[in-house]
Amino acid sequence: MNTLVELKNGKTAIIRKIEGGSGLKNRLEVMNIRLGKKVKKTCSAPLRGPVVIEIEGCKMAIGRGMASKVWVEEI
Amino acid sequence: MGGRNLKNRKILLMGNPNVGKSVVFSRLTGVNVIQSNYPGTTVGYTRGHLNIGQSEMDLIDVPGTYSLSPSCKAEEVARDMFFDEDPELIINVVDATNLERNLYLTLQILEKGIPTVIVLNMWDAAKRKGVHLNLGKLQETLGIKVVTAVAVTGEGIKELVDIVNGITLNPEGNVSSIPKMDDDKKWAFIGQMLSEVQKIEHRHPSILERLEDASVKPVSGIIIALIVLFIVMQVIIGLGEFLINYILDPLYYQFYGPFITSAVENSIPSGFIHDILIGSGYEYETSFGLLTTGIYVIFSVVLPYILSFYLVLGFMEDFGYLPRLAVLLDSIMHKLGLHGYATIPIILGFGCNVPAMLSTRILEGKREKFIAATLVAISVPCMAQTAVIIGLLGQYGIQYIIMVYGTLLIVFTILGSALNLILKGESPEIFFEIPPYRIPHMKTLLKKTWMRVRGFLLEALPFVFLGILAINILYLIGVMGAISSLLAPIMSKMLGLPNQAIDALIMGFLRKDLATAMLAPLELSPNQLVVACTVLATSFPCIATFIVLIKEIGIKDMLKTIFIMLSIALITGTILNLILN
Repeated sequence: MNTLVELKNGKTAIIRKIEGGSGLKNRLEVMNIRLGKKVKKTCSAPLRGPVVIEIEGCKMAIGRGMASKVWVEEI
Repeated sequence: MGGRNLKNRKILLMGNPNVGKSVVFSRLTGVNVIQSNYPGTTVGYTRGHLNIGQSEMDLIDVPGTYSLSPSCKAEEVARDMFFDEDPELIINVVDATNLERNLYLTLQILEKGIPTVIVLNMWDAAKRKGVHLNLGKLQETLGIKVVTAVAVTGEGIKELVDIVNGITLNPEGNVSSIPKMDDDKKWAFIGQMLSEVQKIEHRHPSILERLEDASVKPVSGIIIALIVLFIVMQVIIGLGEFLINYILDPLYYQFYGPFITSAVENSIPSGFIHDILIGSGYEYETSFGLLTTGIYVIFSVVLPYILSFYLVLGFMEDFGYLPRLAVLLDSIMHKLGLHGYATIPIILGFGCNVPAMLSTRILEGKREKFIAATLVAISVPCMAQTAVIIGLLGQYGIQYIIMVYGTLLIVFTILGSALNLILKGESPEIFFEIPPYRIPHMKTLLKKTWMRVRGFLLEALPFVFLGILAINILYLIGVMGAISSLLAPIMSKMLGLPNQAIDALIMGFLRKDLATAMLAPLELSPNQLVVACTVLATSFPCIATFIVLIKEIGIKDMLKTIFIMLSIALITGTILNLILN
């Protein structure tokens, strides 16, 4: 398993684990970033900037700290 | 619902961010919009009136939220309004292209048992995306009415009004009977329901979608950002100059100027009031009158650029470019103690510092607000300041203008990094949805631009006028002159400018136009003008910005900002003087 930060650009994966407290989990969940969801990593912004992912056709920017707490399995 | 005071009948307009709530709002309320808002930057809300049948109801545009358990200020406002406002009806605007996530909030709303109607907005985009929906089944499962709409063109709004009308007559029949569920059950319910009512066809990405990804990737993103910046500057300046040269200047010099001068000359031929009103005539650079120079500066120097700026800004917002810029610049902004979101107040600041200060509300902590507000006030020149800079230096060549803006950029970077180091705390990470690129709807764009220009005129103008009036009086009774002559010798040594120019700079603290007018005839060298312009830009912004700044960050932080401002203006001016002269 990789975190969203490590997942290569353009790859698709399934979310398997979200670390961190319930606050973070809730914040991710209401944006539809939940266990079992399929995500595609679009790219990372320059200079170690945020990670851009796509879930259900919807693009989201996530800061690196948060993205490193989301573990995914590449498919 | 009986016994309710008719005057307090409320409808809440709720939904995720970026689903087009505000467009639905302005469609429903027509012209009765009280306050304009900056999409994606509003923490406050907008209230309007909706006429349904015989009765009038309040319609409230609640800030966008993903859930009723808030994680930021805008979401707190949304939750509080939902639980405290006691609405008669909720209009839940839903992005038809992204049902799964949007329906989570819908379920939370339905739990409360308030009559609700769902507007499936962006129905055209959903169809283009290959989304097929069984509307009847969706309505049946949720137990409430669902209407499809394309708010920007007005499609579906009439049906919505009819439904709202029907619900106000028969509220009980429009309450969902879906039971309360925990979060996991909610998602499962949504998943199950969508598998039954929704089918999505696969199709190839459009050119716009390819462009979407290119604008956040490191290399292509930066190239696109530079191209956008170049086009934006060209359009703002080009359109502004066109308005000034072909419309506003002719109006002022051929009609307004001669008219107002003779009108005042005829009724008050001379004296204090005469001098305050029109000064020495209608030559805008030298008369200093409230009704001559004052009016000219506001309507023929500042307004055209504000108008073209808001038009371009609105286009970029509606197109969806700004969030991508925020993502692209996030990492740089973090080094300045801010995050990507702060690019919005900074960009707004180039138009007018007043809305920029207001938009610092989107930033989460006090620390970020302070950093953003201070950076904007000191190193982001508004359109009025830009007009002054171009007016004074443009004739000598673009390299001098670049020197001023280059210095401001250096100040911005050093000051931001310093504040980031000095002030304790960290800037939170960004986490937001990036909307797809959409071709802006012309009429909506023009309406938004007009609302902002009107907002600028209503909010900033009275302060600008009062400022001009106060300075005029202080000037005429000699107070400004006394302050100037006291400070001038010290400053002229540091900045290398003649005493009269220092006079102008001190005046410019409160009145930029006067500063231009006073600097123009002094025959300063281009290098001296660079120093003068930089000091003008880094020192005090306008009086309206001050008032808003006090409101936003409080008087204590405001005094800190002033201290930083004056130190930086003097230090930067002195260093520039040493290098250039």
